[in-house]
This record gives sequence, C-alpha cells and structure tokens, in this order.
Amino acid sequence: MMDQPSATEILTAVREFIEKHAMPELTGRTAFHARVAANAIAIIVRELDQGDRANVEAQLRLEQLLQRKGSLLELNRELCRRLRTNELAIDDAGLSQHLTLTTLAKVAIDQPNYSGLLHSPHRRTD
Amino acid sequence: MSAPQPSFVPALNAAIQRAMVDVSAIANLHRLSGGASQETWSFDALTGDSIRPLVLRRAPGGALVPRSATAVSLATEARVIRLAEAARVPVPPAPYVLQDSDELGPGYIMGRIEGETIARKILRDPEYAAARPRLARQCGEILALVHGIGISQLSDLRVVTPKAQVAQYRGIYDGYDFPHPVFEAAFKWLEGRIPEPRDLTLVHGDFRNGNLMVGQDGVRAVLDWELTHIGDPAEDLGWICVNSWRFGETHKVVGGFGDVSELLSGYAGAGGAGMTAERVKFWEVFGTLKWGIMCMTMYQAFALGSDRSVERAAIGRRSSETEIDLVNLLYPKAATP
Repeated sequence: MMDQPSATEILTAVREFIEKHAMPELTGRTAFHARVAANAIAIIVRELDQGDRANVEAQLRLEQLLQRKGSLLELNRELCRRLRTNELAIDDAGLSQHLTLTTLAKVAIDQPNYSGLLHSPHRRTD
Repeated sequence: MSAPQPSFVPALNAAIQRAMVDVSAIANLHRLSGGASQETWSFDALTGDSIRPLVLRRAPGGALVPRSATAVSLATEARVIRLAEAARVPVPPAPYVLQDSDELGPGYIMGRIEGETIARKILRDPEYAAARPRLARQCGEILALVHGIGISQLSDLRVVTPKAQVAQYRGIYDGYDFPHPVFEAAFKWLEGRIPEPRDLTLVHGDFRNGNLMVGQDGVRAVLDWELTHIGDPAEDLGWICVNSWRFGETHKVVGGFGDVSELLSGYAGAGGAGMTAERVKFWEVFGTLKWGIMCMTMYQAFALGSDRSVERAAIGRRSSETEIDLVNLLYPKAATP
C-alpha cells in the first residue's frame, strides 16, 4: 500500500498547478497545450475513480453475451470477430444493451460534458 | 506588431503584377493559417486608387510536398472552385493559379471574403442570430448547385463509390488492430445499407462548420475544396449533420443551426433530385464513424512518434465521443435494462 497522497490527489495537484499557475504565464500554442494537458489529467482522475467498476461491469456483460471467459481485451476482440462474421447480429438485444452501457461509461470518463452524452436517449439521470 | 517579411515577398509581388496588370504593389502580407497540406496568407494588392483583398493559398514553404492520398492538387482545387463559381456556388474567386515561373511553389490566388468561420461564434453570437435560421436551407441550396456541376471536365478527380468509402475506412481501422465494438457494429450497419453507385456527382468532401464562411446575411463562401471528389451527393449532406460539427447544439442536426427537413427542402428547391433523410442518415453514420477513426489516426501519430504532443495523445480519447453518437444513431430508442 502506497502512502498518502493518493494518485488522485497528486494528479489533482498537478492539474491545479497547470490551471492556476502555469497557464496564466503561457500564450498561444503552449497555453493551448497546457489546457489539453490539464484536461488529460482530469480524464485520468475520472478513470482512476470510475474505470475499475466500468471494466468489471463490461467484463460481466461480455462473459454473459459471449458465453466465455477471457481478459477484457480478448473478449472485446472476440465480440468484434463475431460481429464481423455475423455470428452476432447488430440488433441483438444483449449486444445493443452492452454497447450502450459500455459507451456511456467510457464517455463519462473521457468527455463527461460531451453533447452526445448529455443528450443521449440512453442516459440515466438518476 | 510587425513580423519579419517572408522571403517569398519579391516573388509574390512580381507574380501578382504579372497576373494583374493594374496592380502596382502588394501590402499587409500576414499568415492566416498553416496546415500539413497548405498555408494561407492574406495580403492586399494595391492598384491606382484602391486595394484588392487577396489570399495566397500554397504548398507549405512552397515545396512540392506530398498531400494526403485523398487531397487534390492545389491547381485542381482552383479549377473546381472556378467551376463552382460559374455554377453560382458562393466561393472566393480564384483569379490566378501559380505557375512554375512564379517560383512560389504550387498554389493559387483567391479573393479575400470577410466573414466568420468559427462555429461557436456562428452558432452563438448575436451578430449571426438573423442568419442562423436560414443556414440549413441555404446549405441545401448550395449543395444542389455543387452537385449539379457537370463532371465531364473533371475526369481526373477520384471516383469514390459509397462501397469504396466504407472499405477504405474499414482498412484503416483494421490496420490499427485495436477492438472498437461500436465501430464494428457501425461498419455492419453501413455495409448492410450501401447505396447503389448511381448518379455520382461532384462532392465537396468536407462540407461542415469551419469550412463555411458566414456573414450576417448567411453563407458567403464555401472554403477548403481539397477533399473534393466524385461520389454520392448525399455524402455532403450527411457530413454536415455529424454531431461533432454541431458544437453542442445537438438538437439542431444540421451544423447546430437547422433541421434536416430545411436542408432537404433547400436542396430540392435548388434542383437537387432524389435526396431523402434516409440517404442523409447513411452518410451521417458514416461521417461519425469516419471522424472516430480519424481520432484513432491522430493518436497513431503520437504512438509512432511523429507527433509527441499531449494533444495528439489525448485526441485518441475522443473516439468515444463518436461512439456515443453512433450508439444514439444505431440504437435510437432507450434500452430497457
């Protein structure tokens, strides 16, 4: 077990340094890249917070859908293979549910304010 | 603020005076933008009693750099713009194509039109409030004119059938060998609905916010013709509907400013035949998938070391934006978990 601070706390400190101290000193392309860097750190913080749960849930859905075990990468490759070979139809109810839930979880980590997520008919607001 | 004058100023001066006999000098040269495939410079040509606002669009550094496989040459771009102008498409006039003897590299001179290309301003600033409700219909009208241009003079343009477009991006995606099940489902959706390759027309190829110059009166010019080709005309109507180009105004499907019905009615009103919402949707799905794969491509530039910027790294995480858009398109009804 690592000591305090947690990875999330360290990353938050780095992001706050970029936003509050570095960015006001920067202009042009460098300022733009600093903004991108701060946003990238925010992605990692959300991934540390939500990623494990999203992956476990995706794994369980994939095992159920494909009726086999494997790593998440192996299961995703197998899912793609079955779609490509028409072993699984794109209108399969289990597939559409899996793709929807997986994508909602991914975008919530990558770009939680993206319009396509905020206005998705699949978004649960509870 | 005066930047040092670029070394090509004397060559440009000489070329302009050769091409436009009434011009005595050029002034106010400054860089507008630079990309991997072209650079653009704004300048004024001075005549006896007035100034003529112009833009130089040329290869970066005036070099004969290879453009991407899908881009046309700058000379071809100028030729298509001239045909578009003759067809009453709003474009910046292209009065002069650079010659080898100009020693400025490949490129052309175009008229400088005042207007706004930044989507967020067009979609939100009060200045464009009166123009916004007209834009979707106007885009339809403009595209009908583009698609009506005779292609007999354009036999050198690439012909890209719908099937070839889908296969091209399937090949790019496969090359990255990283599973995106949503992309796989989108390919299947598209492959089951490939339009017949009949009635192919001139296609702009990148008709979207950012390439439309807008004024208070509406669209003033269609820019950036470098991806023009012969293809399914519905491709242009679908591309401007991709959610990424709505810049947050998601409920306004066409560019964040209008509805598909307005786009279609403008298209039909200007003589465009046989366009349907279904045909547009095929290309909206394709365009969304294409943008998602382009995000993967930009990440590759980071992964392979040619661009180690944090921006190139982070853009890979924007593929998921297109995945939620694809899920919303392919599965429009909320699941019942």
